[in-house]
Amino acid sequence: MSTETVEKAIEKKPAEALFSKRRKKLITDPLVDDNPITIQVLGICSALAVTTQMKPTLVMAISVIFVIVMSNLVISIMRNTIPTRVRIIVQLAVVATLVTLVSEVLRAFAYDMYKELSVFVGLIITNCIVMGRLEAFALGNKPYDSVLDGFGSALGYSWIILTVAFFRELWGSGSVFGIPVFEYISGIFGPDFKLATNGLMVSPVGAFIILGLIIWVQRTKTGYVEH
Amino acid sequence: MQQSNAYIITFSVILTVILGLLLSGTSQVLGPLQREAEALDKKKQILGAVISGDEISAMSPEEVNAFYTSHIAATVVDINGQQVTERDGAAVTAENVDIAKNYKMPAEDRLYPVFIYHAEGNPDAVESYILPLYGAGLWDAIWGYIALDTDMNTVGGITLAHAGETPGLGARITEAGVQQRYVGKEIFDESGALVAVEMQKGEGKDYSSDPHKVDGMSGATITGNGVNAMLKAYLGHYSAFIESKKSSQAVAAAF
Repeated sequence: MSTETVEKAIEKKPAEALFSKRRKKLITDPLVDDNPITIQVLGICSALAVTTQMKPTLVMAISVIFVIVMSNLVISIMRNTIPTRVRIIVQLAVVATLVTLVSEVLRAFAYDMYKELSVFVGLIITNCIVMGRLEAFALGNKPYDSVLDGFGSALGYSWIILTVAFFRELWGSGSVFGIPVFEYISGIFGPDFKLATNGLMVSPVGAFIILGLIIWVQRTKTGYVEH
Repeated sequence: MQQSNAYIITFSVILTVILGLLLSGTSQVLGPLQREAEALDKKKQILGAVISGDEISAMSPEEVNAFYTSHIAATVVDINGQQVTERDGAAVTAENVDIAKNYKMPAEDRLYPVFIYHAEGNPDAVESYILPLYGAGLWDAIWGYIALDTDMNTVGGITLAHAGETPGLGARITEAGVQQRYVGKEIFDESGALVAVEMQKGEGKDYSSDPHKVDGMSGATITGNGVNAMLKAYLGHYSAFIESKKSSQAVAAAF
């Protein structure tokens, strides 16, 4: 008899909705209000290095999403068995394995991309966003929440580097995803009209400028002030 | 919670074994695909010395393979320019010569592949000879292929690649704009001595009147020096082969 009541009590406890308000916040917060790049200013190194063109940037973004989501999931599943004294090494081992997997897959199926991104895929290991999310969230939360949190952070990173890459490729090379936009536009206005590209955008300095502008616009809108 | 040392060690061992198995498994499964991708990339690099990068990137992998088969003949020579077909009882083919491995041997013992670019389907109508290059950049290995016209003097084109040069600086050797600077340059001076082509320090100067100099890469002088050393060394190693081709043409011209 007594066991029945216990079971009932468990049943009565309502399960949290798949996308409850709290969980939605896990995804949407890192997009703007707590963006890893523009607010926390993490992961800048790769944001500068890979963003000269859209295509490698997209591959990089997908790789980072995969690594963050999967490592958050794995660490969160293991969180109660990981010995606290070696937890950083365990996190590093998991992240490094995932990054190596991504790198191997790229090498097999997209060799040109593998060559172009070269060290930067490997450097996802040291991307502060990955370890940051593991330490701050996955170690203390359930797997599903951790996946959402990782996905949110990765999206926050991705949309920023894609935006930077869009403007750098457009102004620096006059194209988007390799499509020569500037040539088309110049064609409309006749043969004498030519849109010039800016070499500064191709160099890392261009990324700093674009990133600075994005942070400026964003902080003006949200009213965020550094404390 | 404070775990015992035994627990920590057991945990670490299990984790290491699982991750290790996962990685070696992936490597086993993807290995053949990766080797295929690398072989294709090598063909693209070889072809890159004679046709433009845009043309190559427009081709599908099958088209690259077909184009390669119909336009490239290959042979392997030793330091004396003699053809090598067999070494240590194994047949030698140019595609299978590992330039990086050969680089570690003394120059006299190395195998030197030659890729002959010819008109479609006709190996006798040679258009240029493509020679591999290998050397050291600033951080890691650099390599490439140089195409010599049939006069064995004029550079028809070059492809350069690297393992770990600085992006935006030394890594620029892979850019078409930098490689284009070598086209039309000459490797022998008027007296017939090998001078190769030297990349200069600094960028933005015009060297179009000097057949042995090309504009440098700003901020990547050491990579440029590496390219110069590599060109000079390998053209030197191939000099016996180059001379033999030159003299056979002189004979042909005399008739």
